[in-house]
Amino acid sequence: MLQVFDIIGPIMIGPSSSHTAGAVRIGKYARSVLGTTPVKAVIRFSGSFAKTYKGHGTDKAVIAGILGMDTDDSRIRNSMEIAKEEGLDFTFIEEDIDGAHPNTAEITLTDANGKSALIQGASIGGGNIVVNKINDTEVSISGKSDTLVIPHDDIPGMIAVVTNILAEKGVNVHGFSLGRDHKGGTAVMTIEIDGNFDESINEAILACPNIHASTILKAI
Amino acid sequence: MKYDSLADLVAAAEAENMTLSAYILKDQAAIAEKTEEEMFENMERALQVMKESVEDGLDPVKRSASGLTGGDAFKMNEAVKNGRNICGPFFGKAMVKALAVSQTNACMGRIVASPTAGSCGILPSALLTLAEERNIPDKDLVMALFTASAVGIVIATNASVAGAAGGCQAECGAASAMAAAAMVELCGGTPKQCEHACAIALKNILGLVCDPVAGLVEIPCIKRNAGGVGNAMVAAELALAGIESHIPADEVIVAMKKVGDTMSPTLKETAEGGLACTPTGKKLCEKVFGCC
Repeated sequence: MLQVFDIIGPIMIGPSSSHTAGAVRIGKYARSVLGTTPVKAVIRFSGSFAKTYKGHGTDKAVIAGILGMDTDDSRIRNSMEIAKEEGLDFTFIEEDIDGAHPNTAEITLTDANGKSALIQGASIGGGNIVVNKINDTEVSISGKSDTLVIPHDDIPGMIAVVTNILAEKGVNVHGFSLGRDHKGGTAVMTIEIDGNFDESINEAILACPNIHASTILKAI
Repeated sequence: MKYDSLADLVAAAEAENMTLSAYILKDQAAIAEKTEEEMFENMERALQVMKESVEDGLDPVKRSASGLTGGDAFKMNEAVKNGRNICGPFFGKAMVKALAVSQTNACMGRIVASPTAGSCGILPSALLTLAEERNIPDKDLVMALFTASAVGIVIATNASVAGAAGGCQAECGAASAMAAAAMVELCGGTPKQCEHACAIALKNILGLVCDPVAGLVEIPCIKRNAGGVGNAMVAAELALAGIESHIPADEVIVAMKKVGDTMSPTLKETAEGGLACTPTGKKLCEKVFGCC
């Protein structure tokens, strides 16, 4: 259900909630997935983003997000200069992604140690986003809540293992999705929760067999 | 409380002998599991940003990111200051503020989407101009924003506030309906009169298409914000004079949705129809993007 600040808000840098504010949030989410300071960013714009990004400042917005800025940060319009000062090298590619939402950006970030992360996100209106790909895995994350991303072996009982830990810790789950690359291969759970994850939950999950990793993505 | 009927919200407020704003604040605080004070403070921040966005937009030379627009609020302000405008200082100042906030948005300045970025000038200009005219304190303006948001929630729930879904009638229509209801409450009108003001504002803009040149939130959006505050004032004046909408607000909202559903996709923010497809619209698009 909609609430007052969905209507009077967001407080944002213009001109467009979808092409500017949403783009900031996709960039910010990419930084959060990388988890370290990026030194290189390759941004692929698809659909309407590819056609109109210059007029909407979508390019400045994505870079601002990658630098960690929020949607109402007045430095967004100068983000490219700030990126250069902070040693972030960036490239834009205009290339459609098959079947993607019209407002889609795919961002690949690399840090100074060569670690990299890829996310694909769509800006679906009003500043809201859906992250639909992290590295090779299809996901569906709004970024409005803290989210746990857990790759694991595709075998029976894995959901119960993880959700039992959440139940013991009194965490309320309000969003859940599961996908896999192929039967018996690697599956990925994404779990959106109320309130905040604390690290002890992550540690408990990591201690379980057949779990490959467990990453907390903070709400943005 | 469900937010699927403005008439129900008005009846609930009147049953408790409350203003719409006080009722909405109480109800929304309960839904968000926050105190009324916290909700009020968050809304106070929105009002503050609205005020700043007016100041930022008065710059005479600043241009938008595309280079297509800029300076209109300054020109209008000069006309009002020199007593050259037809409708007098009150309406003149409202137009100045609507243009200014909308221009701030186009220039990548900070605004409050209310309900959207494209229509962000209407609500601030209506409330801030009325406040100047009648010395209304900020705390009352903050409360009026709760009234406005209730109208917006009902419209978004039963229709839409997005140009891509319902055309400009949904964006600037919702914004002017919200502003009209808020103005009525600030001028001592009843919750029922707020409901009539919402209905009248939406009726007067029904059918307006969303046809931005080059797909950018600039042409005709900036001027439509000035038009939108005019629409809000007409609706508020009529409602405060005791004039009622023959069609209830809830039915107008549904009609607006149906009109939006039957509107061609070329007229819903795709820049494939209306002003975007005029020879000049296309030329401006080429100027920004090289090709269109």
